[in-house]
Amino acid sequence: MAIEPFVKKYLRQRVLPTIWCGGCGLGTAMRVIIQALDDLKIDQDNLVVVSGIGCSSRMAGYLDANTVHTTHGRALPVATGIKLAHPELEVVVIMGDGDGSAIGGNHLIHASRRNINLNVFLLNNGNYGMTSGQVSPMTPHAWYASTCPFGNLEHAFHLCDMVKSAGATYIARTTTFHYMQAVRLAKEALEHKGFSFLEVYFQCPTYFGRFNDMKDAPTMLQWFKKNAVRYNPEKPRELEKGQFYVGKLWEDNTKDEYADLYRKLCKRAKEMMQAAK
Amino acid sequence: MSDAKGKTVLLQGNEACAMGAIFAGCRFFGGYPITPSTEIAEHLARKLPTVGGVFMQMEDEIASIASIIGASLTGIKSMTATSGPGFSLMQENLGLAAVLEAPVVIVNLMRSGASTGHPTGTGQGDLMQSRWGTHSDHPVVALAPATAQEMFDLTVKAFNIAEKLRVPVVLLPEAVVGHIREAVYIPAEGEMEVINRERPSSYDNLLFFKRDKSGVSHPPDLGTGFRPHFTGLTHDESGFFTAVADEVNAFTVGLNSKIDLHREFLTDYCEETVEDADILLVSFGITARACAYIVRALRKKGVKAGYFRPRIVWPFPEERLRQIAQHTHTFIVPELNLGQMRYAVQRIVGPEKRVVGINRVDGAMLTLDRLMEEIKEALA
Repeated sequence: MAIEPFVKKYLRQRVLPTIWCGGCGLGTAMRVIIQALDDLKIDQDNLVVVSGIGCSSRMAGYLDANTVHTTHGRALPVATGIKLAHPELEVVVIMGDGDGSAIGGNHLIHASRRNINLNVFLLNNGNYGMTSGQVSPMTPHAWYASTCPFGNLEHAFHLCDMVKSAGATYIARTTTFHYMQAVRLAKEALEHKGFSFLEVYFQCPTYFGRFNDMKDAPTMLQWFKKNAVRYNPEKPRELEKGQFYVGKLWEDNTKDEYADLYRKLCKRAKEMMQAAK
Repeated sequence: MSDAKGKTVLLQGNEACAMGAIFAGCRFFGGYPITPSTEIAEHLARKLPTVGGVFMQMEDEIASIASIIGASLTGIKSMTATSGPGFSLMQENLGLAAVLEAPVVIVNLMRSGASTGHPTGTGQGDLMQSRWGTHSDHPVVALAPATAQEMFDLTVKAFNIAEKLRVPVVLLPEAVVGHIREAVYIPAEGEMEVINRERPSSYDNLLFFKRDKSGVSHPPDLGTGFRPHFTGLTHDESGFFTAVADEVNAFTVGLNSKIDLHREFLTDYCEETVEDADILLVSFGITARACAYIVRALRKKGVKAGYFRPRIVWPFPEERLRQIAQHTHTFIVPELNLGQMRYAVQRIVGPEKRVVGINRVDGAMLTLDRLMEEIKEALA
């Protein structure tokens, strides 16, 4: 199948095909991001994509932009350095659930707290796919993985709630089933000035699905469809077991963005220095 | 210096380091508080905003070094400062900086002891860690200042090396050198060389990581229109992952060749009365300052003693030490650890030479009296 021109434009075709398994949702997630970048006419020369380690983080190599594939969990502090050194760059951070909620969990809450204008796409497949399906902090309680063959005793994070309490100013969740919604939310996240966090559930039939009786992509996408509940702040409802909200969950435009505050601080500091002379 | 354009001021070693960083063009600092490095952060927190730079206190040392790598990739000279426990946390991304060829400067003020150790004591226990702390073969340069003046001078030099070779550079003062107060000459602009990384205006076939004859590659800064890909994976000259055996080999060998191909540029030592020395005192940092006095005292007593102090400790000035070893039979290596430099010296001078360590690990310095006493014992 021919790749559409707008998708082509954002891909480094010389490094394709991707390493992702058949049925993996990361191709869909990447197309969502490309569609959002193209709709917003984001200049690739001015775009920096920073990622950590894992299946999803390989996306940085495929996207034709300034890209930095860092160490496991450390995408956010690297992105922080990039954004504060050059606030005019558009910085997108791509992490998996292991990256963002386990090894890099501390960086995630602190980046949320600072409200730097970074766009985080946390691509969540509920397990460590790259290393063949170990339990992650996002594997649901009592579900299975290669390192919890008798069921997961731990409980998954509510990542969106966590980054909200940490201070993120745009928060949304979607899935690879909800393509149109995902594009809309990705665009909102990119346009939001401040720390934005979009969690994207994507299917990993090869490992997560296999261990949990969902051996192919359609079955997993049906699972997303069945359990996703559109969030309406006017009408909050009690979620049944296994259900999760999708949609924009939170936006706060009252908090100043960090780089703006820093610019003001520099001006103040210079004036104070001159006054002291 | 009558023709000096700069000024001489009384400074703490850490302040001199911070001022050296500003002089060298450092405009990004990411750090985390830890004794005995904190004054560097405090000085830069006040100074950087007034010179168009960024100061960030990060959530830990892992994030600190990550942030300076990010800033460096955009073309901004960047630095962090820490001590042993923080330096341990930084090892992961020190390897990343080496592999991404991101020029960064890491100041590690050595306190005393492993783990939390003796935080307010001084030591020299991180000599080997600065070379081999992160996993696998990687290029790194380490400098050992011995005075407040050298905290300024060698900080500038650390940035120059980082920019020229695109390597992480470690400045390795002892806690006491960070806290010592001495007269420091601050040069005027242009009075001391400041090197900036090479920025090619074009690349053949987008081979951003192709090495020049000196082993250095010059990938573009982020956001300058080239759209490079940086990865911690082994990569080919285009910057993309490779698992092809020949390319993996070429990557690792090429990355590490930068040091060997710049041996002359990376050789920096001080020596005194080595030409006819029977005995050579080899030491670094604050301990070496005492050794200089000892050698002069021994000479007055008629002992043919010499003094040798690397200011760049990694790569070690092996060639010079080997030359001296042709006529010197005994090497005395005083250090504030259990023999890390002695190990390097023995390897360089060969098993037939006598190499004696004088070691102190209680958080204090080796005093002149104790040094003299132990040297007498060693020579008896």
